[in-house]
Amino acid sequence: MKDVKCECGHVNPHGTVLCEACGKVLDEQEANKSKLLDMRYEGSARRSQTYNKTVIDKIWNFFSSVKVGVWLIVITLIASILGTIFPQEMYINLPPEVYYEQEHGWVGKLYYQLGFHDLYSSWWYLLLIAMIGISLVICSLDRVVPLYKALKAQRVTRNEGFLKRQRLFSASSNISEHDIEKIKDHLKLKRYHIREENGDLLAEKGRFSRWGPYVNHVGLIIFLIGGMLRFIPGMYVYENLWVKEGETALIPETDGKYYLKNKEFILEHYDKEKDRTFEQAIDRAGDVVKNYQSNVVLYKEKGESLPGEKPDLQKIKEYKVKVNLPLKFEGYSVYQSSYRSELVAMTFSLVKKDSSQSFGDITIDLKNPKKEYNLGNGYSVKIINYFPDFEFDDNGEPITKSRVPNNPAFVFRMISPEKPEGETSFVAIQQTIEPPGENAYKMAFKGIDTQEVSGFTISKDSTLWVIILGGIIFMIGVIQGSYWNHRRIWVQRKNGQIWIAAHTNKNWYGLKRELEFVLADTKLTFPKDQLQGEHEEKEEA
Amino acid sequence: MKKRRLVTRTIILLVLGAAVVYTLYANFTKDSRLKVDVGDQAPDFVLIDMDGNKHQLSDYRGQGVFLNFWGTWCPPCKKEMPYINNQYNQFKDQGVQVLSVDIQESELVVNQFVEQYKLDFPIMIDKDKEVMTAYGVDLLPATFLIDKNGKVVKYHTGELTEDKVREFMESIKP
Repeated sequence: MKDVKCECGHVNPHGTVLCEACGKVLDEQEANKSKLLDMRYEGSARRSQTYNKTVIDKIWNFFSSVKVGVWLIVITLIASILGTIFPQEMYINLPPEVYYEQEHGWVGKLYYQLGFHDLYSSWWYLLLIAMIGISLVICSLDRVVPLYKALKAQRVTRNEGFLKRQRLFSASSNISEHDIEKIKDHLKLKRYHIREENGDLLAEKGRFSRWGPYVNHVGLIIFLIGGMLRFIPGMYVYENLWVKEGETALIPETDGKYYLKNKEFILEHYDKEKDRTFEQAIDRAGDVVKNYQSNVVLYKEKGESLPGEKPDLQKIKEYKVKVNLPLKFEGYSVYQSSYRSELVAMTFSLVKKDSSQSFGDITIDLKNPKKEYNLGNGYSVKIINYFPDFEFDDNGEPITKSRVPNNPAFVFRMISPEKPEGETSFVAIQQTIEPPGENAYKMAFKGIDTQEVSGFTISKDSTLWVIILGGIIFMIGVIQGSYWNHRRIWVQRKNGQIWIAAHTNKNWYGLKRELEFVLADTKLTFPKDQLQGEHEEKEEA
Repeated sequence: MKKRRLVTRTIILLVLGAAVVYTLYANFTKDSRLKVDVGDQAPDFVLIDMDGNKHQLSDYRGQGVFLNFWGTWCPPCKKEMPYINNQYNQFKDQGVQVLSVDIQESELVVNQFVEQYKLDFPIMIDKDKEVMTAYGVDLLPATFLIDKNGKVVKYHTGELTEDKVREFMESIKP
């Protein structure tokens, strides 16, 4: 595979369609194809299909194809569409292996097996995105380098065939040096860069708009790298944290350095009386929440403490975390995302059944109940057994389902002067079981205390800046390619005539208007649009 | 010229390929990535047991440590506790220590459990789940085997049989 030497003396890489220097058509098949030249990529050797010897070249050429790139995008789009048919894994409550088959039959099962249930993490989807990225890099490299070389190598004097087969072309027979000078002045007014050689002239402007698509691709690739960075530990954090009012908890993923205290959780509703504007809406919708808020204190650990040890905390700041107003520190954001009420204490009264006389109340801290509550005068209550989340197991034994006091139950021993050994009673919510034989005393339920637990989302995204940078570069590329046009006007002496040819990568109408200005007050023939309005504009991909 | 093209292309493809492989690998391991993995130094911690004695993991350097995370409400924990107790009594004079960490329960409940099952080894409550977080424990029961140099040699979740407990303790005997 040899390089091609053009008759003008310029050596072009194999596969070149138009000589980089003079524009002569090198590929004769191409020459006979149409009246006009295909000016895409300046006819440079953009795909070295012929260098197909090694595996590396084969892979390279596969990704270098725009057709392949477009197909990859189409397949990814179809996959993304299919991924929306059933809910994604994160939105379902059942284990995915059960849910999809149960809800959607064999289609659901297939959906799950193919990994559509967690689309963005399925290997083939990631592979598709990665291949788009690779295609983007290789397509761009394979085009931008030859295009740059071709535009750099172009000479002022062009081959006749090249000029004739430009879309805008004219040949004028009456040559006047005065006219040429006038054209030059006009071109300068329109900010063209003018190069001259042997009385021939090339005026060019806006070449940098040709780099727009590639700048755009660089932005996209930076964007993809930003997405990839999320997988690096520590770059991206998204965790839930529940903190009860009055409690302090370690903030996850901060290397044990930061602690959050929840002083108070506040839930406000719109008030019909105060917010008159919303009266009708409130009537229609019932209670409408106005504000979810947690008043928190952020602490940093002074020095080092081991897990389990009481940390030495230093107050950093107090903050009111509201929806969309997160607490921010060192790249972390603490969002108000949820809340719930938790039972924290229950109050019982020791009551003599026949007289209904009370001998005192006990309030049991459900997180840390005491063994014995002394009521004085010989009365006391002992807790024999405590089940925070009570239920009966298969053998009818009381057990606890979890450590959370969702449904507390107790086995009490009630001690009184009459019954110093005590009477036993099993007390759960709305349920009392006593041993056979009458108990003289009972534990009468008096009330509960609840506390709010704030649910926070801890997030940190160090990749955001990379993604924003990628986005900005992307937009610069788009603007560069859209709002500037690469225009060239050739004014050359051929066969005792003045040939004028013009080319732009887009907006032919604009170029024609500019030519009208440039050729005004001259006797030169105005270039004819050789496309004859077949297509008004043909844009470069 | 051709050689240079081949080298350039190979380098570019290798770089791109490496990025893809890394991303896929990171994605596959993101759910199973352990905070404390086999071969890692076991994170040090300090907890007070039910008798008020302080236990710091690093004080047990030179001995094997059978570190068990559990809760009174978890049925497999209840099952394996007597096995651990039996084997503890076999191995305690051979340099194997059992540290049993309950996750965030009340002293009353834990004491009742200890009395019911007559457990002899030190039991401590991780009140703020700090030790649990440091070890990245998710499912209970979870057992870490720590050798005499303080390195994690095994991590196991789920119920243990008595044979398994014996085998585990044997493996960390100094």
